[in-house]
Amino acid sequence: MEQTTGLRQLKVNCRARIRRITAQGELGRRIRDMGLVPDTEIQVIGKAPLRDPVAIRLRDFTLTLRNNEADHITVTVLECPDV
Amino acid sequence: MSEKLTFALAGNPNSGKTTMFNALTGARQHVGNYPGVTVAKKEGLLRVDGRDVRVVDLPGTYSLTPYSQEELAARNFLINEKPHAVIDVLDANTLERSLYLAVQFLELGAPLILALNMMDEVRRRRMTIDTAKLSELMGVPVVETIARDGEGKEALIREAVAYTEANRGKTEPLRLSYGRDIDAALDEMEPLVKGSGLLASLVPARWVALKFLEGDPDIIAMSQRDKALAAALTSIADRVAAHVRRTENTHPESIIADHRYGYIAALLREGVVRKDTTAENLRLSDRVDKVVTNAFLGPLIMLAVLYGMFQLTFAVGEIPMGWLEAFFGWLGGVAEASIPEGLFQSLVVSGVIDGVGGVLGFVPLILVMFLCLSFLEDLGYMARLAYILDRVFKLFGLHGSSVMPFIVSGGIPGGCAVPGVMAARTLRSAPERLATILTAPFMSCGAKVPVYILLIGAFFPEAAGNAMFALTLGAWAMALLVARLLRGTVIKGAATPFLMELPPYRIPTLRGVLIHTWERGWQYIKKAGTIILAISVLLWAAMTFPSLPDDQAADFEARRGTIQAEMDAAAQAGAAEEALAAFEERLADLDNAQAEEALRNSLAGRVGTALEGLTSLAGYDWRTNIALVGGFAAKEVIVSTLGTAYSLGEVDPEETDSLSARLAADPAFGPWTAISLLVFTMLYAPCFVAVVAIAKESSWGWAVFSMIFNTALAFGAATLVYQVGTRL
Repeated sequence: MEQTTGLRQLKVNCRARIRRITAQGELGRRIRDMGLVPDTEIQVIGKAPLRDPVAIRLRDFTLTLRNNEADHITVTVLECPDV
Repeated sequence: MSEKLTFALAGNPNSGKTTMFNALTGARQHVGNYPGVTVAKKEGLLRVDGRDVRVVDLPGTYSLTPYSQEELAARNFLINEKPHAVIDVLDANTLERSLYLAVQFLELGAPLILALNMMDEVRRRRMTIDTAKLSELMGVPVVETIARDGEGKEALIREAVAYTEANRGKTEPLRLSYGRDIDAALDEMEPLVKGSGLLASLVPARWVALKFLEGDPDIIAMSQRDKALAAALTSIADRVAAHVRRTENTHPESIIADHRYGYIAALLREGVVRKDTTAENLRLSDRVDKVVTNAFLGPLIMLAVLYGMFQLTFAVGEIPMGWLEAFFGWLGGVAEASIPEGLFQSLVVSGVIDGVGGVLGFVPLILVMFLCLSFLEDLGYMARLAYILDRVFKLFGLHGSSVMPFIVSGGIPGGCAVPGVMAARTLRSAPERLATILTAPFMSCGAKVPVYILLIGAFFPEAAGNAMFALTLGAWAMALLVARLLRGTVIKGAATPFLMELPPYRIPTLRGVLIHTWERGWQYIKKAGTIILAISVLLWAAMTFPSLPDDQAADFEARRGTIQAEMDAAAQAGAAEEALAAFEERLADLDNAQAEEALRNSLAGRVGTALEGLTSLAGYDWRTNIALVGGFAAKEVIVSTLGTAYSLGEVDPEETDSLSARLAADPAFGPWTAISLLVFTMLYAPCFVAVVAIAKESSWGWAVFSMIFNTALAFGAATLVYQVGTRL
């Protein structure tokens, strides 16, 4: 079943596919430059001790971003092994 | 032909670009600055098949649409200096993302060569990359390298020379398709740019059009040179933007980025990369991170690392520090012996050798500290620290990347604010960078440590460790609180996105760590040799002139003569050695009393006395005032000046026992005076060298601000502590 959610809501170890990115300007450019574009597959691999920022894996590297930056990214969940 | 070739070394951060640069150029490097910005520009020279090649290490970038000063500097270098070849160093493990930058080089028409770096890791992961195919598909030479052990560097540089000779500076820009809407707009804009001749000799016309659609502020500003063209391009760009928003609910920049990634995905799908997905489960780095960034263990490990570093710095740094002190002591002795007594001797010994020696004495400590930091940085741990602490720092208007400047400045006692302020360059946004630069000097730098040790030793000897710890924490708390205050008032502005790569852990190379350590250490040494020298001389003059009035000097001379005469008489009478020693002591006491009187009479003493009215609120008398004024030059001067002011003669900052005892015995100098002085030392104006660094990294306005604001803050806090404390 296709389930769309914000990247922030994604739990650790979940895999998802990016649907939409709503950020513009500098943040939008930075997000794209780091390889976050629609259809990219990502996996949440960890969260910092205070649950923010979050570390995700995509295109063979690890990227960290803050929750309020993740809010600009909508994903469809592919698989959540722990849930 | 023997024209000197210029190669630019470009690539993502963490791609091993700097390691490759070090491997290529060895020690023949030279660090400068890009014009107008505080971005370090490293270049090196090498000879390949009889040709001179200049290699320029560009700052690490993810994109050619500049986002930071570094990225802008890198792009401007490519555009304005047109290097003969651009060597893009890619981490072959993350080929897909790394090629995003490569595609942008091709759009610009740069003569590109790809260095697929870290091939050892790729092979270990049982991944194969068909370099020949990649080269054929992208139309550029591709060389496999392992920068850490230099593998492939000769092939790379030879390939670059051959490529340069073959294309003779002519390379066709890549004409990518970005979909119908964008392509149509580009077709319309390209002839307009060509017709106007804007940037014609530097970049392809289509590239200018593309940057317009991407909303590149720099290129849009430049196009204002031709107002008519700018208006026409803007109207086309606005039209396309409105159209794609209506039809696809997106922006032109997104469409362009999507097509670049689409182009790369299509390339890679042709069978360039093959990987054994069974080996892909969880990489070692990720497994380590499960522990290192764990909610409970993460902060504990962080504290353990920082504490270990602090211990190591002092345990190892002490040894060569002792040698240096002995050396400067010896040098002072030699100067004293070989220069006839008088003002000139005093200038050389007290002004130059003591002043510069005091600062250079800290070099070993700082080098060991930087060695640890460079190791942690190259290992990838610093990125984890930023990740762990970002949430906290964000609360105070700072950024996870502010951690590094804070630690270098003395977040662990023993750093130095000068390289600390420079380390703030990695911060992207101006407000956070400025707030970091202005608050980093609160940390317990290596020069404040002797002052702390002196006062703690005098008044709280039984709680020395705890007191030092409290001062360290206090410095962090003050830095964060002041950052919050500044960010809420004088330096408002949006937060920088955190988006950062968490590079895999990599064991640093010895050479890399040494080079990084030296770069930071050299910034410090250079300052000691120039600015500190000048300040030391000035300070010496302020503490020497005007000299004691003749009648007072004569009075001291007469008393000395009396003691000398009594001593001679006693010696004639065959007095015991102890009795003679007592005379010696009285002579020394007299000398010290004269030194104190002379200091009080000097310009610095008069300033100190004049300030007494105000500073008595915080519990300071004229002696402390002079010491604090001297501390503007370098904080350790506080100790040596207090020594003179308390008529102890020369006081070695490392051997402060006698001064501690003297302070503790002074009835006017109570424990609350000591606490007040500790608070003041922590907070007041950065030393002059740090002020110059702040001015260079921001502006003189902010540097002056930091002097006035910090001193006012320090005085307010110290007065509060003293007034409340003494009334309890």
